[in-house]
Amino acid sequence: MMILIPTWDTFLQAVANGLTLGSLYALVAIGYTMVYGILRLINFAHGDIFMMSMYFAFYMISIFYLPWYVAFLIVIVATGLLGILIERAAYKPLREAPRISLLISSIGVSFLLENFAVVAFSGIQRQYPSIPFFQNVISLGSVRVQRLSIFVPIIMAVLVVGLLFLVNYTKTGMAMRAASRDFETAKVMGININRVISMTFLIGSVLAAVGAMMWGMKYPQIQPYVGVMPGLKCFIAAVIGGIGNIKGAVIGALILGMLEILITLFFPGLSGYKDAIAFIALIVILLVRPTGLLGEKQAEKV
Amino acid sequence: MNQLENRNAYMGLAGRMSKKRRRNVTLTIVFLMLLGAFIYCASKGFVLGTYEIRILRLCGVYSIAALSMNLVNGFTGQFSLGQAGFMAMGAYVTSLLIIPAAQKAAIYYVHPIVPWLKDVQIPFLFALLIGGLVSALCAFLIGFPVLRLRGDYLAIATLGFSEIIRIILTNAIPVTNGSLGLKNIPNTANLWWTTIVTAVVIIFLLRMMKTSYGRAFKAIRDDDIAAEAMGISLFKHKMIAFVIGGFLAGISGGLLGSVVGAITPNYFRFTLAYEILLIVVLGGMGSITGSVIGACIVTIAKEKLRFLDAGMNLGFVKIPPIDGMRMLVFSLLLMIIILFYRRGLFGSREFSWNGLFRIIRRIGAWFGRLFRRRGHPEGGADA
Repeated sequence: MMILIPTWDTFLQAVANGLTLGSLYALVAIGYTMVYGILRLINFAHGDIFMMSMYFAFYMISIFYLPWYVAFLIVIVATGLLGILIERAAYKPLREAPRISLLISSIGVSFLLENFAVVAFSGIQRQYPSIPFFQNVISLGSVRVQRLSIFVPIIMAVLVVGLLFLVNYTKTGMAMRAASRDFETAKVMGININRVISMTFLIGSVLAAVGAMMWGMKYPQIQPYVGVMPGLKCFIAAVIGGIGNIKGAVIGALILGMLEILITLFFPGLSGYKDAIAFIALIVILLVRPTGLLGEKQAEKV
Repeated sequence: MNQLENRNAYMGLAGRMSKKRRRNVTLTIVFLMLLGAFIYCASKGFVLGTYEIRILRLCGVYSIAALSMNLVNGFTGQFSLGQAGFMAMGAYVTSLLIIPAAQKAAIYYVHPIVPWLKDVQIPFLFALLIGGLVSALCAFLIGFPVLRLRGDYLAIATLGFSEIIRIILTNAIPVTNGSLGLKNIPNTANLWWTTIVTAVVIIFLLRMMKTSYGRAFKAIRDDDIAAEAMGISLFKHKMIAFVIGGFLAGISGGLLGSVVGAITPNYFRFTLAYEILLIVVLGGMGSITGSVIGACIVTIAKEKLRFLDAGMNLGFVKIPPIDGMRMLVFSLLLMIIILFYRRGLFGSREFSWNGLFRIIRRIGAWFGRLFRRRGHPEGGADA
């Protein structure tokens, strides 16, 4: 296998790319980790919510010619509502059902959204609109990057700090933590569990929407299955960091994004297999440290 | 005296049982003969056209795929979504082994095929078995890391591995012809082949579920911790189910390649696994009968609903052709089943002649009551 030794500039460029990709993963991974923390459910539909908000943004900007900041606001609201709608329609009726039914239901929603996208938006590849404000290239010393590469980590960091404040210092956040610690007891203590779950889906979907809009600028080809691979990878990122832990999801996502970019940089021959890296990382982490980097050890309940 | 009565009652029961049993065996033989006669007539072209026969062949293929998923998901309770990858493996291995050497040069027109595969051509049965065995080997290798995971982690990991298999098939161009796929696969798997292989798989699974292995699978599904406490080796039994599942998926993939005649890696996306999951959930997780009937319903409906994609003319309004409408209907169906009929058509029950007769009697009694009531509108029997 060929090892390519990059120049210093290419290396820095790659690190910047890895940071951007990792930040995008982080925005989606938080949705997975929060939902898993409360419902113990891998929300297979999360990747497709991500896909839907890319299409929303595409329609708002390229078809309705809205300025991007208005469009983004509408997309965020629409995606948040979509997340709540999905939870109400597909997961709430199954609250007393075995967990496997919930999992199948989420796969069903994912399948439904993909096929809906094929029918409503057509299966052909679309070009995500370009937004000069984000995509102008700037020079940092000898490294030339898109403005996006600097914005994405900053936006991600701001949102994560806000989210951590919400979870750790507000009443809603306390209810969320209680529900993820012990669902039944939280209910007994008078926490409105349905509200907490809706809130979780709202937050997850909104963050996914922010991630999707940035993702579209970086990888502008969109089609109905565009959310599947990022979705799976972001779940893996959440597992690497320790599922249920928001900081863990961010760290896992950054590691995964960096790993993907750097491995394809050093081993260009492996670029065809780039999507496999995440799954191998999943297997390794589950064998070495099943609770993830920041996860707490959980006793098996009989 | 009491003992004698008991004995008589027992004898009477045994006599009745054996009479029932004799009836059931006769019915089974009659059914199999009718099935054989039907396939014979169909393959001679008396009753069905090639298009209908092709659908029936696909029914067999999807039945085996669904049974493979049901063995792992429904009977052993391990939620695996890797079936599409194993099917891809089986389909590629089988197809590469049965495509005639002369055809291969034409198929690999961009990149020549690796020399050691160029002149290989073996009988279909062996190719099918080798395809199944290679898939089983894949399942074995994947199973080692993956089966230590529980529940939903397993779903993600198997889905990931199935995608990795697809990525490898796309990138290993000298062997698999990359994304162009394989064409001109010999059409060996006729209706006899698919039906007989399906029947063998059904009988194998029915018998297997009655052995200690089958019971161990169900014990693991119902409560893995209790099963382990009873001395069942979790890893060993999960592995056995997973490997057999891989084998069956490989076989169904091999048949699929031969039925459809051309395969590409994209045929085996995760959406294929979702479709098989739809079949299993529709039929009922943990029911062999359910998987087979679900496969037939979904396969036939998929063909019959093609008009949805083609667009319609309702006289007053014209619906333009919309690609993908059919799959949208299927995904809605999956949602409806999982939300409202979680147990599917059969739950975890199986077909039996006794059950069929019970249902017929019940319907008969219902009709009887209906007609009695009609006959005496003033009340009569009820009063």
